[in-house]
Amino acid sequence: MLLRLGFGTYVSALVAAPVLAILYEAFAGGLPACIAAITDPVAKDALLLSLGLSAVAAVINGVMGTAIAWGLVRWALPGRKLLSALVDLPLAIPTLVAGILLVALYGPQTGLGRVLGGWHMDIAFATPGIVLALLFVTLPFVVRVVEPVLAELDPAEEEAATTMGASRWLTFRSVLLPPIVPAIAAGTVQVFARSVAEFGSIAAVSGNIPHHTLTAPVYILGEVEGGSPGSAAAVSAVLLVLTLILQPVSRGLVQAAGSRRV
Amino acid sequence: MSDTARRSRPLGIAVPVIACVLVYLVGVLVVPLLALCATVLSNLPEVVGQLTTPEALHAMGLSLVLAAIALGINLVAGIAGAIVLVRQQFYGRSLLDALVEMPLALSPVMVGLGFFLLFGRTGWARPVIDALGLKVTFAFPGLVLATTFVTLPFIVREVGLILKVQGTSEEQAAATLGASPWQTFWLVTIPNIRQGLELGATLTVARALGEFGAVLVLGGAISGETQTATTFIHASMEERQEPAAYGMAMLLAAAAAGLLAFLQSRRRR
Repeated sequence: MLLRLGFGTYVSALVAAPVLAILYEAFAGGLPACIAAITDPVAKDALLLSLGLSAVAAVINGVMGTAIAWGLVRWALPGRKLLSALVDLPLAIPTLVAGILLVALYGPQTGLGRVLGGWHMDIAFATPGIVLALLFVTLPFVVRVVEPVLAELDPAEEEAATTMGASRWLTFRSVLLPPIVPAIAAGTVQVFARSVAEFGSIAAVSGNIPHHTLTAPVYILGEVEGGSPGSAAAVSAVLLVLTLILQPVSRGLVQAAGSRRV
Repeated sequence: MSDTARRSRPLGIAVPVIACVLVYLVGVLVVPLLALCATVLSNLPEVVGQLTTPEALHAMGLSLVLAAIALGINLVAGIAGAIVLVRQQFYGRSLLDALVEMPLALSPVMVGLGFFLLFGRTGWARPVIDALGLKVTFAFPGLVLATTFVTLPFIVREVGLILKVQGTSEEQAAATLGASPWQTFWLVTIPNIRQGLELGATLTVARALGEFGAVLVLGGAISGETQTATTFIHASMEERQEPAAYGMAMLLAAAAAGLLAFLQSRRRR
């Protein structure tokens, strides 16, 4: 009982208090002021950019994460352990460092950056750089949810299907895919939610140009530093509501996937 | 699933998929990592020079201290939280659970903003901390707060997973045999959750070393005072001191790889 009370108080003070402070600040000036802060042209573009690029990252890592999980489960070749460790790396590498890696590779002073810039294909300080950063940071999510579900499937079913003459595509679509759909969906939702919140890597790689590469979290930083916590809180409230919707969705999907690990 | 079952799979579909997977992993992860290594190694003397300045060393030291403090706090709070959330039934348990998971979903900048609203110049908690003579924003306590917030879920979650699988039968047996609750905790519970504790602690340290957004907003990244390893990288990029930024980034990446390698070696045993 004492333990429960202590931990409850600790979490309330540490997590609930700042979250409530943001919500209070967002609506302190009334609903119209809050809506005005969100629909400010720069803020609106930042929110839309965050949502759009996060959706792109979610789709790409949804597909590639599933393929990687399949490779890890069904691939008996040596080097699998190394590959598995590689997939975990983004969980440990600071996201700011992920952004720095991309600048070191594609930045305007690097050889590759100059070549691509000559072709008008800017990656660093442009939207492709943001997407690459999001892909790096969220790479493990789909893999780690799909992998355990795939591992429990019996490969004999796939073989039976191919032996009986089903095409590879039909086997994939009707034997392999149905049991892992909830897991893929759970991972994809996690990638999207994480991408919308992502800050460190984007701050390093995006160049933060309003209307072009300024995402919502970086906009929030600018508003805080510029002394307008009200509009920072209003945009934060939008992200917060999104989180409150996506978190239970992802939880439900993980449970439906029957995966022990999130 | 036996190895023969794996090997007997027709390789026709496997080869193109695995080729795609490898190309993707190399393109997204490996090439950028190698690019950073190459950049740092090609300019090593300057990097070393810029990383041994008092400011850089202070930033590294501060990050290590913050990681150690976050680990200490989370070892206590995390074990307590896991026991509360897994073994106790009470009204509001799922709300508490959701709150604990929240730091994983919130943007770090919002964490900074939330505490800034509480402890900043016009913050609600300002009278309290002023009365106590504390300074939170742009000071060390703010950095501790930010780091503790973002690392809250890891030990709770990893220890909780193990507690859920193990149940309470061993603790009950110990109690029946006459062990005090404290003895039961140290001699039965702690050894049983060791694996989850190691995993959670490693993730906590990794996350603490890498935290950027929240410590930037709350700490203000004052050079030689509240500047951590990550905010040092950020400031170096803005001041066009790329060797310093790349060097520190490489150190953090190496620390992350080291922590992962530690985990792998523990898991194999």
